Amino acid sequence: MRKIFSSVMTLAIALAMAACGSNTNNGSRKAQELSGAGATFPLPFYNVVFEQFGQVNGDQVAYGGIGSGGGVRNLRDKIVDFAGSDAFLTDKEMAEMAPVVHVPTCMGAVVVAYNLDGVKELKLSGEIIADIFAGEIKMWNDERLATLNPDVKLPAESIIPVYRSDGSGTTFVFTDYLTKVSQMWASKYGAGKSVNFPSGQAAKGNPGVAGVIKQTKNTIGYVGSEYAFAQKIPYASVENQRGEFVLPSSATISAAAAGDIPADTRCSITNSDAAGAYPISTFTWMIIYKEQNYSDRTKEQAIATLDLLKYILSDEAQSITSEVHYAPLPAKAKELSITNLKSITYDGVAVLQ
Amino acid sequence: MNDKLYKVLLFAAALIMPIVCGGVIYALVTDAYEAFEHFGFFRFLTSSEWSYTEGAEQYGALPFITGTLMTTLLALIFCIPFSLPVALFVGEYFKGTRIAAILSTVTDLLAGIPSIIYGLWGFYTLRPLIMAFNISPQGSGILTASLVLAIMIVPYAASLSAEFIKMVPNDLKESAYSLGATRAEVIHKVVFPVAGSGIFSSYILAIGRALGETMTVTMLIGNTNNIPDSITSTGNSMASIIANQFGEADDLRLSSLIAIGLILFLITAFINLIGKIMIKRARIV
Repeated sequence: MRKIFSSVMTLAIALAMAACGSNTNNGSRKAQELSGAGATFPLPFYNVVFEQFGQVNGDQVAYGGIGSGGGVRNLRDKIVDFAGSDAFLTDKEMAEMAPVVHVPTCMGAVVVAYNLDGVKELKLSGEIIADIFAGEIKMWNDERLATLNPDVKLPAESIIPVYRSDGSGTTFVFTDYLTKVSQMWASKYGAGKSVNFPSGQAAKGNPGVAGVIKQTKNTIGYVGSEYAFAQKIPYASVENQRGEFVLPSSATISAAAAGDIPADTRCSITNSDAAGAYPISTFTWMIIYKEQNYSDRTKEQAIATLDLLKYILSDEAQSITSEVHYAPLPAKAKELSITNLKSITYDGVAVLQ
Repeated sequence: MNDKLYKVLLFAAALIMPIVCGGVIYALVTDAYEAFEHFGFFRFLTSSEWSYTEGAEQYGALPFITGTLMTTLLALIFCIPFSLPVALFVGEYFKGTRIAAILSTVTDLLAGIPSIIYGLWGFYTLRPLIMAFNISPQGSGILTASLVLAIMIVPYAASLSAEFIKMVPNDLKESAYSLGATRAEVIHKVVFPVAGSGIFSSYILAIGRALGETMTVTMLIGNTNNIPDSITSTGNSMASIIANQFGEADDLRLSSLIAIGLILFLITAFINLIGKIMIKRARIV
């Protein structure tokens, strides 16, 4: 009995200390609990950033990786502080909800990963990728693949494309690219979070697709870069607009954002014409409401949300991106975002001075 | 006084289930209405198109109904050779012995394993085997899902069947033996006819489990929204398409998914009804 009592007391004290611990911050406000939901694509980056952010301010950020569309729906239902999305909202979606602000958090690549015995390097062009996923190139030893890869011994096996069974921002980025590079893809399938892939098999989430590729010979599929790195599966270099074959890396992803960025940062950077750019690159965004007073949120929560976004835009957080195989935002995107954050209000009053 | 209180309490408790059930049906029907109205009930049932193209969305339930029925039927077929011997072993041949107790405990333990574990086992162990034996190049598919489902439903079929086999009166069996019947003849001519309806009902319960299984099927079936053309090809089941797409769906697609949920509900209810009728008939004979 005594033993139980003492262990309960220890637990209570530990809990109390933990509670105090989470309250320590720079003194200007109480530690907050923020919640967000959305894309799984930037999740490995967010996991690190949220932990670091918690150490600075004592705030806790809970993020549910439920997919970009689910995140946006949660934001529309006003049950989260922010949504994560790999696809920016369309004008039509924007019109259906209260004004929102898009804040890019980092850049990433969708890689074309494959599982082929003995093949470590593979070159692909946009049109060939489109034809493979449309089921028009069926065999690995297809003439067009062989011409691009003269030094690679391609097996006489059927290609098994792997795609996402759930709606996904990753699918959007990938099909957005295919739509730009292939007339056939644009007219038959188009771009979207869910697309009617005609052949192959599907799996749920980035980890699901990466798992199937890793486990199945002769497969090819598209995943967020970090998931291919984590599973140690090889990925192809993809031909960009200038005819260079580029492997995804922090440098080649950054190169893709060399062009103009609109004031609201909503832009697609796939198929970039910049030199050295990896063509299936994207921004990933956090989306928040312009007016932060909704669903009984306190002003402190609004401040904490903005603190989080400011932290993500800071050099410290941006330097984490390349460690987890994403790429830092270009200076232009950061400047625009800081300006956009200044337009965030609580009860009509700007939160940031 | 106490009696009255009990009566009221029990009545209230008994009322909750029908209310919940009615509520579920009501919610399913109202949310599915949009899809049925847009596509027409029978066209929704018989259309094999599942297309997201904006403006020309086409949602039909046939691929998923086929997928669910195929996996369930195959799982049932695969499960019989494993569950029936276990039931006979535990309920007849080694009835009351220690080894029977161990076997039945182990079988029951299978029922307690979370479905995600079966899914992972299927994905990392069975799938590579299917590929290694060249049964299908992509490993996933109706067959893979059915095999794992079969293992999952063995405990449901086996332990209930064993109970019914145990309940066969000794008088009957002994009189058969006294007439010179062998053990096989007793099982064939006495145990099965007497316990038949019970065994049947245990398989109905097992089917119910297989129909609604989601996680395992999603991991193994390949998730392609078309009608499978053979048992080794990929497909999708009703529960699996809902689990996969519910998070992102809205408007017409959301309504279509709920309509699929309603159809699954109706199929399950229908199969249970058949089970009930069969049991009643068997008893009269």
